[in-house]
Amino acid sequence: MLKVGNAQAFWGDTTTAPLQLAIQCPDLDFLTLDYLSEVSLSILAVQRERDSSMGYAHDFVDVIRSLIPLWKAGHGVRVIANAGGLNPLACAEACRVVLKDSPGMKIGVVYGDDVLGKIPSDKKLVTANAYLGAHPIAKALDAGAQIVITGRIADPSLTVGPFLHHYKGRLDDWNAIAGATVAGHLIECGTQVTGGFTTNWLDCPDIAHIGFPIAEIQADGSCIITKPAGTGGVVNIQTVKEQLLYEIGDPAAYLSPDATVSFLNLKLEEIAPNRVKVSGAQGSPPPRSFKVSATYRAGFRSEAFLTLIGPRAREKALKCAELIWERVKLAGFVLDRTHAECLGSGDTVPGVLNIPASTMEEIVLRIAASDKREDAIQAFSKEIAPLITAGPQGITGYTSGRPHVRTMFGYLPTTIECSLVDPKMEVLTV
Amino acid sequence: MKLRQIAYARSGDKGDNANIGLIAYDAQGYEWICQHVTAERVQAYFALLGVKQTLRYELRNLQALNFILLGVLDGGGSLSLRIDNQGKVLGQALLEMEIKE
Repeated sequence: MLKVGNAQAFWGDTTTAPLQLAIQCPDLDFLTLDYLSEVSLSILAVQRERDSSMGYAHDFVDVIRSLIPLWKAGHGVRVIANAGGLNPLACAEACRVVLKDSPGMKIGVVYGDDVLGKIPSDKKLVTANAYLGAHPIAKALDAGAQIVITGRIADPSLTVGPFLHHYKGRLDDWNAIAGATVAGHLIECGTQVTGGFTTNWLDCPDIAHIGFPIAEIQADGSCIITKPAGTGGVVNIQTVKEQLLYEIGDPAAYLSPDATVSFLNLKLEEIAPNRVKVSGAQGSPPPRSFKVSATYRAGFRSEAFLTLIGPRAREKALKCAELIWERVKLAGFVLDRTHAECLGSGDTVPGVLNIPASTMEEIVLRIAASDKREDAIQAFSKEIAPLITAGPQGITGYTSGRPHVRTMFGYLPTTIECSLVDPKMEVLTV
Repeated sequence: MKLRQIAYARSGDKGDNANIGLIAYDAQGYEWICQHVTAERVQAYFALLGVKQTLRYELRNLQALNFILLGVLDGGGSLSLRIDNQGKVLGQALLEMEIKE
């Protein structure tokens, strides 16, 4: 049996979770950590422009530092993370420095996902990265890597990699690989399968101490989803079903670079409290192309919040928005895109909640704008504070100062033929 | 009666599209949502968000439906000017749908 845990669902998740999960589960085989969302790489591209040694999730180096005492004490957990971002080799070098007192430790580095220049586009792309599969990870583990650092990689492949390493005879058992892919999909968002984000969240026990998930995977690809004893949250049929359906398309053909998976015969059984068995995944060979996330510069954006109370609060809020657009126009700019929404009145999903206007005596106005011109968005940013004195009675919430003007990135999902991508793996030794 | 009394849900994004997994609490509830929560009805329900097309998939083994809402996120995570740029609340929103007893 193979035990794979996830202790990082996105860059910004609890930084102490990897160490905690490893301590809570002394026989954990692998820790998977996911740092990259769809547009993370564009943020890393900006960092790398300023400093060519950057471009990776530097939080990860602190995670490695935190695990050193555990390794020295004999814990065998191996770590697989896509923290390499745009610069996996630099990330590995930074880890090597931190690990200088652990001579002989091996760090596997997976790269070759960068396909910028191979993606035709009428936009000037900032990043273009293919979602690589599990095979280079398995290769790194076969070579004895304690840590595997990748760039862009399909999220479930972080789990399928150790599966292929551990169960070597399963390389063309598509149902087994499909099962491991489902296990990876279930744990890739961390606490989202242990009670986080669940519909009946208020009934979940002790969310403050919520446990991160563990998949206990068998050779046939079936798994048990669980969490460490003594942690908060819950793993049950409901949390597992919700996460199975999270961010998927056609459930008959979930596409990953390791297998095409059908969810249509999956079977769930709650075999004990906080232990759900998942079996019945059906697999077939993966698509002949890799999914690609590309990003491009799309101008600038900013947003601000103002709070209004009292009768006709919504009407006042919308009038404030009109006033801001008018004053930006007087400053010389007609903005490309603008948006005003009255939070508390149902505007988050217009037409759905039917909140009576008579109850709207407290509204948060959220106002946002984007434009290809930076100075246009700066002009917008400057027009929020004047409402302190020019706005209506009952308005507040300026304390955070002028809202930031941020670079905006567009996201372009596409694909690239596998034959045009050359995944690479190398092993560094501390 | 609201849909949330017979089903639960989770939503998320893929670029400019969102999906909503809608899961019935029991077999009877599944038959009901299969029959009544059609792609057309969900499309109309979220019309003001500018959804371009709605696809529906059935997962009888999980007593669940998966809805794909194309073009519902105002350009998606990085471009959208809305507070819910990633469709996180769409699952809860769908559960607020009024249904007959």
